[in-house]
Amino acid sequence: MAVSLAHYLTVAAILFSIGIFGIFVNRKNLIIILMSIELMLLAVNINFVAFSAFMNDLMGQIFTMLVLTVAAAEAAIGLAIVVVFYRAHRSIEVEDINQLKG
Amino acid sequence: MTQMPNLVPAYAEIFLALSGLLLLMVGVFRKTDPVRGVARLAILAFSVAGVLVLTTNAVAVTTFSGMFAVNAFTSFAKLLVLLGGGFAVFLMLPWAKNEGIARFELPVVMVFAVLGMMMMISANDLISLYVGLELQSLSLYVLAAFHRGNLRATEAGVKYFILGALASGLLLYGSSLIYGFAGTTSFVGLASALSSAQENVGVIVGMVFVISGLAFKISAVPFHMWTPDVYEGSPTPVTAFFSVAPKIAALCLFLRILVGPFDDLMFQWRQVLIVICVASMLWGAVAAIAQSNIKRLMAYSSIGHVGYALIGLVAATPEGARGMIYYMLIYLFMNVGTFAVILSMRVKDRYVEGVNDLSGLSKTNPAIALALTVLMFSMAGIPPLAGFFGKYFVFVAAINAGLIPLAVIGVLSSVIGAYYYLRLIKIMYFDEAGEGLDKPDLSTGVVMGVCALAVVVFILVPEPMLAGADAAAAALFQG
Repeated sequence: MAVSLAHYLTVAAILFSIGIFGIFVNRKNLIIILMSIELMLLAVNINFVAFSAFMNDLMGQIFTMLVLTVAAAEAAIGLAIVVVFYRAHRSIEVEDINQLKG
Repeated sequence: MTQMPNLVPAYAEIFLALSGLLLLMVGVFRKTDPVRGVARLAILAFSVAGVLVLTTNAVAVTTFSGMFAVNAFTSFAKLLVLLGGGFAVFLMLPWAKNEGIARFELPVVMVFAVLGMMMMISANDLISLYVGLELQSLSLYVLAAFHRGNLRATEAGVKYFILGALASGLLLYGSSLIYGFAGTTSFVGLASALSSAQENVGVIVGMVFVISGLAFKISAVPFHMWTPDVYEGSPTPVTAFFSVAPKIAALCLFLRILVGPFDDLMFQWRQVLIVICVASMLWGAVAAIAQSNIKRLMAYSSIGHVGYALIGLVAATPEGARGMIYYMLIYLFMNVGTFAVILSMRVKDRYVEGVNDLSGLSKTNPAIALALTVLMFSMAGIPPLAGFFGKYFVFVAAINAGLIPLAVIGVLSSVIGAYYYLRLIKIMYFDEAGEGLDKPDLSTGVVMGVCALAVVVFILVPEPMLAGADAAAAALFQG
């Protein structure tokens, strides 16, 4: 059986959903949230590359390259913010993000 | 042999990018008081970029293989964003001095954030949209956590980063579906691909994802949960920046993308937008009532204002677009002025944020009390102040577009919202006087005065501003 576009899209949709659930259901650790964000972006990349390959159109692959670059920058900034959060709070537990509410 | 792209339409952006890099160098090598020097140069850079925007807005052009569009609408939006950025840097200076923050990166990051906003306003392709949006978002995450030893600021940074990254993910997933099912990422290509009669479910799903992502960025209900926390935790000048520039940029992008490539799917997006719009107006009005922190109160107020501005977008007519642009212009002055007041709320050299710290202000500091009164009346939409006209134009546009229930809900929620604006005035004029505030810094006072005056004299000179907004709206609907 040949691998069709629908298979790729399904895998990407599942990964994307896992990413979203990782952000909302996870109650432990900030690093896991960063990993979930990365997972979402990679799911999008699978979508782009699959569409690009099946349509014989290069634009999707160019987009993927940009997404990869921006994701790297985003991870760097995310980790930097987690580090300053750790220095101020001495913890990266999700339940310690509780100063602001109302 | 590839041809060199036409750089002229992007002069303002190129200039701002280079000056951002230059400002970093100035900050590093300047020995004495780098914050002040860099901030002044940043304001200068914003002004020069504004002039460059004005000189290039004569005709509608696209460049960089159709990825970057310039017309009267984008120029108008860019001027608003630059104005918001300039005001924020101006307000930052006395704050940094009072708080003893000697890091010059704050204005530099603001320059890059404004650059990202200008890129996304001019985006004419899903790729340039994404890159512009990320440039502004990444800069804003850094700004939120800028006060890095502070518990609340770092927490605001973490919250903003997580939810902002989620929003970018949604937007990107939507873009991938749109690309896959329409076969192109360019706005022009999308417009022609979607004009065929056949309904394309994949594109509609993608569009809803993109709308959700953008609704996060403008903090419209139900994607608003980050707003109060981030507004409260971030440094106040940064909050002032958050409440104007990124909102204006994202709303203008919203308008461009919905009446541009997705014009033919109006029936689909209108339903989504009506829900978002009504929910924002009502929640912004109701949730603010219980707030005791003035920055949190302003967060809910800004959620409500985004709802009113979205009415113009839902109408999807040139009149509605004009109303929305108009609303953003007035909102800019009202909000910057209010944040100047918040930045002058200092007791014994310490910044305070409680609503009750304003009690009896009319006796201890009548000038600030008067300025805030004018701004609050304007926010509540009481004629003859500017805020009334902002609301009036969007409501009229909604009625003319046959959306009478929407206009009725808008009026009702602005009546509810008036309660908490008027409550601030009551606290200032009728409550027992507290300790009284310190004398405000000169530049904070100047911004406060200018904004309050702009709100008052607006009724006398609406013509020049209306003409600009008219030209911008017309350019948007030319295609």
